[in-house]
Amino acid sequence: MISKNRKFNRRSLLRGAIHGSAVVMGLPILQSFLNDNGTAFADGTELPPCFGSWFFGLGLTPGRWEPEVIGSNYELPEHIAALQPIREKLNIFSGLQVFLDGKVNQNHISGAQGQMTGIVTKSAADYDESFDAIIDKQFGANVRFRTLEVACDGNASSGWTARGKNGKTPCQISPLELYRRIYGEGFIDPNQAEFTPDPEVMVRHSVLSAVTEQRQKLMTTVSSDDRSRLDEYFTSLRDVEQKLAFELERPAPLPACSIPLIGDEEIGTMVAQVQNTHKQFVTLLSHALACGQTRIFHVTLGNAFSTLRLPGEPSAYHALTHEEPIDPELGYQPKCKIIGEQCMGFFVELLQAMDSIQEGEGTLLDRSVVYAFTDHGEARLHSMKSLPVFTAGSAGGRLNTGLHVSAEGDAATRVGFTIQKALGVVSNRWGTESNEVTTPFSEVLA
Amino acid sequence: MNFRIAKEIKLSLTASLALVVSALPFNSAAQSSIDEDQITFVKLTAEQYRNSIRDIFGESIQISGDAASSGVRVAGLMSVGGRRLTLSTSEVESYEVLALDIASQVLSPSRRKTLIPCRPQDENAIDNACASEFISTVGLHLFRRPLSEDEIENYNAMARAATDSLGGFYVGLQAALVGMMVSPDFLFRIERSVSNPEAPGTRRLDAWSRASRLSFFLWDTTPNPALLEAAQSGDLLFEDGLNQQVENMIASPRIEDGLRAFFADMLAFDRFDTLDIDTTLYPKFTKNVEDDAREQTLRTISDHLLNQEADYRDLFDSRKTFLTPALAALYGVPIPIRQEMGGRVPWVPYEYQEDHIRIGLLGQATFLSLFSHPGASSPTLRGKAVREHLLCQTIPPPPGDVDFSLVRDNDNPEFRTVRDRLTEHRDNPTCAGCHMLMDPIGLALEVFDASGVYRTLENGAPIDTSGEWLGQEYNDVRELAIMLKEDPTLTSCLVQRAYNYGTAREPTRAEVQWLNTTHSQLRNEGVYWRELMQRISRNPDFYTVSVEASEGN
Repeated sequence: MISKNRKFNRRSLLRGAIHGSAVVMGLPILQSFLNDNGTAFADGTELPPCFGSWFFGLGLTPGRWEPEVIGSNYELPEHIAALQPIREKLNIFSGLQVFLDGKVNQNHISGAQGQMTGIVTKSAADYDESFDAIIDKQFGANVRFRTLEVACDGNASSGWTARGKNGKTPCQISPLELYRRIYGEGFIDPNQAEFTPDPEVMVRHSVLSAVTEQRQKLMTTVSSDDRSRLDEYFTSLRDVEQKLAFELERPAPLPACSIPLIGDEEIGTMVAQVQNTHKQFVTLLSHALACGQTRIFHVTLGNAFSTLRLPGEPSAYHALTHEEPIDPELGYQPKCKIIGEQCMGFFVELLQAMDSIQEGEGTLLDRSVVYAFTDHGEARLHSMKSLPVFTAGSAGGRLNTGLHVSAEGDAATRVGFTIQKALGVVSNRWGTESNEVTTPFSEVLA
Repeated sequence: MNFRIAKEIKLSLTASLALVVSALPFNSAAQSSIDEDQITFVKLTAEQYRNSIRDIFGESIQISGDAASSGVRVAGLMSVGGRRLTLSTSEVESYEVLALDIASQVLSPSRRKTLIPCRPQDENAIDNACASEFISTVGLHLFRRPLSEDEIENYNAMARAATDSLGGFYVGLQAALVGMMVSPDFLFRIERSVSNPEAPGTRRLDAWSRASRLSFFLWDTTPNPALLEAAQSGDLLFEDGLNQQVENMIASPRIEDGLRAFFADMLAFDRFDTLDIDTTLYPKFTKNVEDDAREQTLRTISDHLLNQEADYRDLFDSRKTFLTPALAALYGVPIPIRQEMGGRVPWVPYEYQEDHIRIGLLGQATFLSLFSHPGASSPTLRGKAVREHLLCQTIPPPPGDVDFSLVRDNDNPEFRTVRDRLTEHRDNPTCAGCHMLMDPIGLALEVFDASGVYRTLENGAPIDTSGEWLGQEYNDVRELAIMLKEDPTLTSCLVQRAYNYGTAREPTRAEVQWLNTTHSQLRNEGVYWRELMQRISRNPDFYTVSVEASEGN
């Protein structure tokens, strides 16, 4: 690394501008703009909302998770009873589907793709901008990490987010690596008394600024398809540049911010391993949100063909959904139901981790919205109907909660569109073909 | 004989290359005017990144970790998918941190003598001449082309600014080196093409991009000084010059690096990243065995195609391989443990007996485990893998509304083996079309469980490995392997995949014709790796960027 034994002063910082490129720092949330608790701005403006997406594969047992009552005051069926602790902060959407419009069902892919991107493509290799990227543009956030993506099954390709049509965003698979990334070099505790910008970070920032200036020259010689890829690379480069700029500014105090502790990791696909990895990730992510490090995250329990496994069970979850016989007395696949319920338990662990972080009178979950989605309704049949979809958190009062919305036959993209509207995205439509939606769920929008 | 560019750099600083390169204008004879340039690019793989750093700066440079990355397989290859991908924020973030670490090693006092071409007049101040020399020399190798004067000045400005801010000439060079290493010119294989005067309507790679394509294709790394010199002189644009370079590269032991990278891609070694064979069910399949299995396959292929110079087809019924004690235990064969220099040499050449069931690539733990479930073998996955990865065929995804439960119903006394259970699939007309293509191949391999261990019974019932391939009946995997190697689809797939791997795209119509002709000739003369590499590398179309291909991307 560049030696740290260097003197730094404001003048050398100013000299640090490279090749005439202006060094533009993101605007910090200055301390003077916050109220005494650090829970809101001094003028009463709330802390900004956060968005998370959470993927669990292979749906839930059909007919056993949908509440009977529509609207509020519903009871949670046994299959999703694990959600009871956060029921009041939850919305359940039933009856939704993803339309294929005559395309081949890319099993375990098309459903999740449709919900995250609004588009179902002919080839599984094609993937377009996911709606968290749309929200990111809307946030335009001054955060250290534009987004954080994690996969709990050890597979960096398991995620469902993409910034454009140039490949899905790889996920981090190691909680320890994520810990180092967030709380290692460059992390500044927003509540610490002292702050001195690191001159080496300034140089790193300036170097990236100078590299970014190559963009214009390269863009003139690249083909139109490649232009989008190159543009996305330079956007990534600018993200890192902005991350370094963030590290050069004194952060606003955030009383809810603390550095979490995590234990040893054991990455694997056994349910207990996935649960442990997930627990470590949600701890890290919720603290990262509370510490103002990011406002958008994505968690995937596993890849499209879920490889979760029960102890001693030779078949992974995906294979079980296809191969486990339906118990004639029970009327469902018993092992699949168990894993589905465990997935709901993991979801609650995420929400409780966020809800346990108190920010003034509310919690981190209250100022956030988490979107939970899956790939199939009845995975056994690769069904694209009756997709179980959940949201949790009110995004700082922008969404009503505690509702069961029955939307029989509606495009599942309506949920993503509703979240976009709640978070301020200005658009009157989202999705393509039959998955295009123009109407959010008005009963959910506050 | 492992060639190391770092040594060449050292030499070049005092000898000819530095003089040639540092004085080389970007718009030299080998470079068309900027106005005509058009670029396409392919994401560098993690292995290519590591190889490039190793070759440029030497093996002593530690590369601590890779950027978290996800690939996409297009037309059967991750390399073709690499032309669709960009770099995510987290990848660029990782590469910047990696670059900082590598740059600090390169500029460390102990390496300056060998890796820095000059000495500054004052180590606490900028020395523009020395900085420019370093930037142009290292930049040539990182960018695989000479830097323009503007580029040298830009990176020099980075060095000056860092020196001003932090003090120290070498700190400034570190900043410039980091800048080069996070540049798209390094992290992507940028291919510049110019109008092709010999075929109007098409474009051809310029000499520098030819050098890159050739080098990553044959050696999986950045071009060496000889190749760069051939690019600089323009020799690579002409048949004689190109052929000379191809001949030299194919004769080099480094051809093995390229071969390994290709087969790791073609045989879907990316599945190793997420392989999760259950060790409670298969206790012999430890992490060491997994690593050994991967190496066994590459070592076997490499020895067969390069050392033995044998025909690709014979890989499928070859009895020769290499084993470690752990693999021998998995396979249930005895091997001698050699002692050498006081330590155990883990890899031992091994030849199975004449009638041994485990022959060829399909009998290795790599193939058998990569295409299994964590807790069970899968004739369907294995059959699909043979069709898709070895024969270049496509199996459509299964339809919806199909009840698979019989396949798993181990408790049904009528369906003790997977063959019994899959029969239900093949009797179902919706499933039969595809399963008839996949299952018979996989069922022949059912004598090997998910970890690759040999067995004769499943749930107490004998395993039937018989089947039919193109109208011919076989009794077991040995007979299937012989039929498979005689199938022209096997070799045409290799030829096509090798070509696509090199170009990182699917072939144009004209190229398909060339591939068909080449395949026919090779089938008659022998499908030898060096010959195949030579034919592809010498084919002018290999360096042509057609409008069709460009639009296809």
